[in-house]
Parts: sequence; structure tokens; C-alpha cells
Amino acid sequence: MIFSTRTQIDPRWGLVLSALPFVVLLGLYLGTSYVRHVKNPDDKIVPTLGKMVEGAKRSMTPDSSGKVQLLMDTWASTRRFGIALAIIFLAVPLGVMMGCFPFWEQLLYRFVVFTDKIPAIALLPILFIAFGLGELSKIVLMVLGVFPTVCLDAYLRAKAIPEEQFQKAHTLQSSGFEVVWLVVYPQIFPKMLDTIRLNFKSMMALLLAGEALAASVGLGYRIFVVRRYLAMEIIIPYVIFMTVLLYSADVVFQWWAKRYRWVDRE
Amino acid sequence: MDYLVQMSDVVVSYPTEDGELRVLDNIDLRIRPRELVSLVGPTGCGKSTILRLLLGSQFPNQGTVLFEGQPIKSIDRHRGIVFQRYGLFPHRSVLDNIAFGPELELLNLWDHLFRFASPRYWRVMHEQRERARTLVTRIGLRPADCDKYPFELSGGMRQRVSIAQSLIMHPKLLLMDEAFGALDESTREEMQLLLLEEWEKNSMTIVFVTHNVAEALFLGTRVIGLSQHWENDDGQPAHGARIIVDAAAGGKHPKPTSYKYSPEFTALLQKIREDVLDADQRTRLCEFNLSHQDAQRE
Repeated sequence: MIFSTRTQIDPRWGLVLSALPFVVLLGLYLGTSYVRHVKNPDDKIVPTLGKMVEGAKRSMTPDSSGKVQLLMDTWASTRRFGIALAIIFLAVPLGVMMGCFPFWEQLLYRFVVFTDKIPAIALLPILFIAFGLGELSKIVLMVLGVFPTVCLDAYLRAKAIPEEQFQKAHTLQSSGFEVVWLVVYPQIFPKMLDTIRLNFKSMMALLLAGEALAASVGLGYRIFVVRRYLAMEIIIPYVIFMTVLLYSADVVFQWWAKRYRWVDRE
Repeated sequence: MDYLVQMSDVVVSYPTEDGELRVLDNIDLRIRPRELVSLVGPTGCGKSTILRLLLGSQFPNQGTVLFEGQPIKSIDRHRGIVFQRYGLFPHRSVLDNIAFGPELELLNLWDHLFRFASPRYWRVMHEQRERARTLVTRIGLRPADCDKYPFELSGGMRQRVSIAQSLIMHPKLLLMDEAFGALDESTREEMQLLLLEEWEKNSMTIVFVTHNVAEALFLGTRVIGLSQHWENDDGQPAHGARIIVDAAAGGKHPKPTSYKYSPEFTALLQKIREDVLDADQRTRLCEFNLSHQDAQRE
């Protein structure tokens, strides 16, 4: 049954199957934590569930100035992530232009392919020197890491639009820009939402790298600060929280892309 | 006589590794307004190349292609096209596909970009969608199909939308590239009758490319046969398609379906098959014999 390509799975059974890897992971963790705590009750490497709940509560308790650490960190990171995401969306029209207009293709294609191959993390010292330790360098790092990839994907998708559609549009009196805006762009946009959501992890990794090196607030900053005290009961809840945030953003983008019911239907 | 289309001494060739590949060889073709010209020939004989020249998406290496006396420089709204694979916009509903041309005629890119602040945009869209709605029923679709996307339609329905998309622009010349080639037999017959009906109503000129001789004869007022493998005066095979048949299609428009079973139709069909398809086979045989002789000599 498990290697059959035609197995019909009951939805309830499907739910159990989906939950199984999570349960196994949790079980392994709890087992490891129990064994380590039997040997050493003060073990900090694999904290118990209770200690992690305690650590999470601490992060959500207002400090002496009335500020909640987790909220402040989340807001700072989300703001940086959101600004970078908005800029990265501009890669879609640029890629479409490259895919539709030979002039722009010749001008930019090789340049974008080249910049796409730069390991963005290697730019971190350059960005800190050029833009300082403020917000800009962290945002630019995310943009440089993901913008060329999204741009190239938009380019390839625009190239894949059948030539017949271009010719038909021109017989219906559309100009080059109208073809791009009214024919190509709407067709590839839902697929670009998928490309962007699949790059969320890279964006987050770059953000964490930037925050780890130069920030005073943010999710990445926090986990690297508490690392000094081996505060795994804070680090692990933060990592789970970041994953949940990214997963939620991914779900929103999936829902958005699914609204275009004509996508990939013949 | 004023011609709508004039092709004179048109040569189209492509460079290949083995030298130049000639696709069209000295094509001369004149088409009068209101003609329904069927362009027939075997696969790969250059029919679609002629269509691309008329559309303006390709240009001859030699010779001239004139439309209303002017050289064709690019694709424009006066020459519509219907493709075998429909060429519909998958993200637009039936109504939006049909209204696409008129929308572009009346609205510019800025209207589209700032649609939320433009009452004119919504007014024009509403008017053009209503115009498209009247065409939907005329081409044999139901009002319920208006909001469907192309993927929700059958091949015949999609082709009806594609034709309507062109008809709404009132092109002077409608080019059809194997337009009914992907349809089943009964849908193909329905579409042929629809095309003839629209041709009568709209006083259009149509160039219909097909490899189906029966279809060419039934639809056309004139049938033009192309062959890629014609023989030189010295009996050697040469490459580059030439027009080897240019004849009135017979029958009186509007032709009933029963015309396909008349003796006149059968005789014409036989003659054109012999002239176009058999000529092609004869030349292939001639080529084979020559290469066989070469091999024996070696």
C-alpha cells in the first residue's frame, strides 16, 4: 500500500499520517531530554518541556520598562522581512520585462544570472561597511539574496508563454506594454507567489545572519544573545515561533495563489 | 481590380548547417476582398509561412507582401488570426477574452493601472462586455458560458471564442491556421458552417490554411495548392514551395453540407489530391530514384 501510486487515503487517516512525523520528533526529543535529566538534573542542552514553557513565559512577560521582549523582537524582524519582501516583489515585473522585450533581456539577463550566483552571506561585511550597522544593510542582504532568483524565475515563466498569445494580443491592438501588463503579468503572478513563498526560508536565514551580527532587537539577535548563557529553553521556543510565523506566511501565500483557479489547468 | 493582398516573387529561406533551406520559392498570390481562400498542401509545405507573412510576424527574404497596397511591416488589428491551439488568454473568462480587443481600443494602459480611480474604465468595460455577450450567443455558446475560463471549455467551444475574439475587431483579413485541425469530425463540421455564416455576414476576406483537401474545397471560394517538392524543367527535384493549383472551389455559397457528397465536389477533390498530394509523392519518388542512382554510381 505504501508504494502504490493509486492508494486512496481516507481524510481522517491522512490527518493521522501527517501528524505522525511531528509526534515521532516530539517523542524523540522528550525521550532524549528525560534520559539526560536522569543523568544530570541541571542539564541545559536538552531542556524539559516545562522549562521551555517557563522560558517562553519569561519572554512574554513585560520587563521593567513595560516592554514584552518577544513582541519587540517579532515586530523588528517582521518589519525588516516585510520591507525586503515588498522590494522583492518588484523582481516580478523586471523579470517579465526581460522575458518579453529582447532589449531588456540583452541588457540584464547575464547580469542577473551573475548576481544570482553571488553567495549573499559573503556580502555581509561589505554591506555593514557600506551601509553601516543599521536596518538598511539587513534589508539589502535579504534583497540581494533573493531578488535575482525571483527575477530569473519570472523571466523563465514569461518566456514560456506561448507565442500565439503574443501574436493574438497584437492583432487585438495591444502595445508591448499592454501585452506585458494584461497578458503576461497576470498569467505568471500566481506562480510567482509560489516562488516567493519557497524563498521565505532563505530570506529568514539571511535576516538571522544580519541580526546575529549587528542588531539590538530582533528574533535572530535574541537567539544569538541568549546562546552565550546556553539558554536553550529560550532558543528552542524562539525557533519554533519563527517556524510557525514562516509557516503561517506560507499558508497565506498558498491560499492567495489558489484563488486563481485557472492556473495550470488545460 | 484592387487586391487586398498581393504577394510578388516571395522567397523565404533559412540558413542551415547544410546551406540555405528554401521554404517558399517565388510565390505570387493575389487575393481580392471578400474571397475565402483555402490554402492546402501537405504538412511542412510552407502554408503556415505564408500565413505568418500575411500576419506580419515574419518577413520575406525576397519579394514583396502588400496589404491594401502597403507593405506589411508588423502585426496589426486589420488582420486577425485564429490558431489551431486557440491562443486564448487562460486567465480571462470567455467574456473577457472576447472583449479584450475593444477594451484595448478604448482604454489605455493608464486606465488599466489606475482602474480604481477611473469611472470611465468601469463604464467602458461594462459596455464592451455587453457587446461581447451578444457575440457569445451568435457563435453558439450559452450565456452561462460567459464567465467560464478557457480550461472549462471543450475544444470546439474554445475555437468559437477564438473566432469571436477576432470577429469583434472586424478585421479586413482573417487568417486561420489549421483552425479546426484539433477538433473531432462533428465539431469540425459545426465550426465550418459557423465560419461560412460569419463570412457571409461580415463581408470579410479569409485565408484558411489546412492540410485537409475536402475542408479546403468545402469552405473556400478558391483553393490554392502548395507543394514543397516540385520538379525543375530538367526533371530534377527542387526545394521551396510553389503554388501548383489555383482554382475556383466550385459550388455556390452558402454551401450546404450535402455539397460534400455531390459529384462536382468528388471530382474536384480527386483532381486537387492528384495535383497537390500526388505531385508531392511523385517528387519524393523522383528524389529517391536520383539518390539511388547516385549510390549505384558510387
